[in-house]
Amino acid sequence: MDRSFVAKNPSVLVFLAILSLFTLGVTILSEGFGIGVISTSFVKTLGKTLCLCLIAVAMDLVWGFTGILSLGHFAFFGLGGYMIGMWLMYERTRLIVVDSLGQAEIPPTSAEVVDAIGIQIFGVVGSSEFPLIWAFSHSLTLQLILIVLVPGLLALIFGWLAFRSRVTGVYLSILTQAMTLALALYLFQNDSGLRGNNGLSGLQNLPGVTTSQDVVSIWFLWASALALGLGYMLVVWLVSGKFGSVIRGIRDNEARVRFLGYSVEVYKLAVFTLTACIAAIAGALYYPQAGIINPEEMAPIASIYLAVWVAIGGRGRLYGAVIGAAFVSLLSTWFTGGQAPDIPLGFYTIKWVDWWQVLLGVTFVLVTLFAPQGIGGLFDLWTDRRHPDRHGANLGPDDGALREKEAIE
Amino acid sequence: MSTLLEVSGVSVTFDGFRAINNLSFQIGEAELRVVIGPNGAGKTTFMDIITGKTRPDEGRVIWGEKSLSLLGLSEAKIAQAGIGRKFQKPTVFEDQTVHENLLMALQNKRGWLRVLFYRTSTDDLQKVEDLAVEIGLHHDLSRKAGELSHGQKQWLEIGMLLAQEPRLLLVDEPAAGMTPQEREHTTDLLLQAARTRAVVVVEHDMEFVRRLNCKVTVLHEGSVLAEGSLDHVTSNQDVIDVYLGR
Ligand SMILES: Nc1ncnc2c1ncn2[C@@H]1O[C@H](COP(=O)(O)OP(=O)(O)OP(=O)(O)O)[C@@H](O)[C@H]1O
Ligand SMILES: [Mg+2]
Repeated sequence: MDRSFVAKNPSVLVFLAILSLFTLGVTILSEGFGIGVISTSFVKTLGKTLCLCLIAVAMDLVWGFTGILSLGHFAFFGLGGYMIGMWLMYERTRLIVVDSLGQAEIPPTSAEVVDAIGIQIFGVVGSSEFPLIWAFSHSLTLQLILIVLVPGLLALIFGWLAFRSRVTGVYLSILTQAMTLALALYLFQNDSGLRGNNGLSGLQNLPGVTTSQDVVSIWFLWASALALGLGYMLVVWLVSGKFGSVIRGIRDNEARVRFLGYSVEVYKLAVFTLTACIAAIAGALYYPQAGIINPEEMAPIASIYLAVWVAIGGRGRLYGAVIGAAFVSLLSTWFTGGQAPDIPLGFYTIKWVDWWQVLLGVTFVLVTLFAPQGIGGLFDLWTDRRHPDRHGANLGPDDGALREKEAIE
Repeated sequence: MSTLLEVSGVSVTFDGFRAINNLSFQIGEAELRVVIGPNGAGKTTFMDIITGKTRPDEGRVIWGEKSLSLLGLSEAKIAQAGIGRKFQKPTVFEDQTVHENLLMALQNKRGWLRVLFYRTSTDDLQKVEDLAVEIGLHHDLSRKAGELSHGQKQWLEIGMLLAQEPRLLLVDEPAAGMTPQEREHTTDLLLQAARTRAVVVVEHDMEFVRRLNCKVTVLHEGSVLAEGSLDHVTSNQDVIDVYLGR
């Protein structure tokens, strides 16, 4: 990154500073490395929130900047989680199996070890065979590559089919919903090879690591913060140059971009696939902190929530997406976790666990109608005071030039 | 004069309505041509066909010395081949600055990776400056295109067209909504452009057409009604009946 990158995007520095301070603050207050004011489970919640912020940044790139309202990016997030989960589960089970078989007098053959791992992992779905998709689960390196490769490839194929036939707008959104629904339904089946609705569990235990979760949770917080910082910088770089200019052009008038000689479909495909990969990385960091992943996570509604976060935070500005994801998901945890006090009305008691969804829905509608800039729009109030906008000024250089209003009429 | 673009026997039907009917048209290198005709004559549709937006039911569209058929090429490919287009309604990217608009249009590699790693060269900056001076927007480079007046948007779009360095410019009603002074500037821009490339202008305003002082093609109900100098076509009885006499 050259000097002009930061000079052109001073908000990046602010963002990175806040992110670093936040991470440092949580570390100091944590049980693992600090004075123990923040519980380990809350550290995990914060770490997971950072991952959600990262996928929100990806969503903002694909929706806020390129104008593709994808309602399927949580499918890629979930797939990323599954990919890392497979290795975590395989390796941890292997260590346990090797340990217990090691007690026997005759040392086990490697085939016996694999069989035993299979029984341990797939017993719940009445099987013991390793499905083909677990072929690389013994290797961390390969599984790490698959984190971006599998969702990336899915996005590439899906996007190619959709964009090539010029599916846009609401139809594309519906198509992405169908994709995530199909994937979730497939994974729900026991013979999908990923343990059906049981999903993958015990992901919080890193194989061969005996350090307590108090410390591991901080490691993941750091990793998530690092990923968010890097992802944010990458996307800022993408949208600030000529590429950003072209994709914003596609958002506002894709036909015009075509007549300028840009192949709109290829650009959309590139953005769609790249954001799918970012989403997958976010997912791969999220699920080891959550401890469990199952097909429920890929339900169509999850991807819709993602759009809601970005809309509330303010799309088309990356910090808006981050604020929206952090704010709404933390608030959601608070409301649905039963911490929010119920409101007795005498004849009826508002239980937030049930009513939170309604509140969120109403907020979404209100924001869409009355504050399309979202929370991020609040920053405009502040910056506008320093750069007064020149709307209403004489628009033309010559006497004959029309003003904006006259021209529209 | 060698032929740059040849359209022959092209027809288009929209839901049974024949918008373009066995139309043939030719234009050579560095030729300026005006297309006139009543509303609904098919002028915009004619441009849609050349630029790949609308596929004709029959006919041929042949481009350049290699006689490349444009039918079946995507809009982006046709634009890359050297055909630029200005729309009837000014369409610039309102949310972006004049500078960004021009830079996006500037003749350069269009592949996404090239664009991603593109760094503005001083050469390109100079080109943008020069264009901005030419279209009279050099004081507005950092303004959002959406803030410009209607006429300025039209110029910006012409500027973007010139930035593409096309061999053929298709310009749909460039003077619509402009004041007389603005029209004069627009005429100059088009005449200047036509020195080095082919330009097709669709326009209703006869005064404007007269100032361009070139060959005129009259379209009516999707085909060519008359062709020749302005005086020639305006004295044609058919043209007077369908277009001028109204
Ligand atoms: N996509 C379409 N679907 C159906 N009909 C169309 C379509 N595009 C154009 N037409 C019809 O084709 C005819 C020619 O339209 P076109 O826009 O080419 O006319 P024009 O000569 O540009 O007129 P104007 O001077 O008003 O701009 C019109 O009757 C129009 O209604
Ligand atoms: Mg028209």
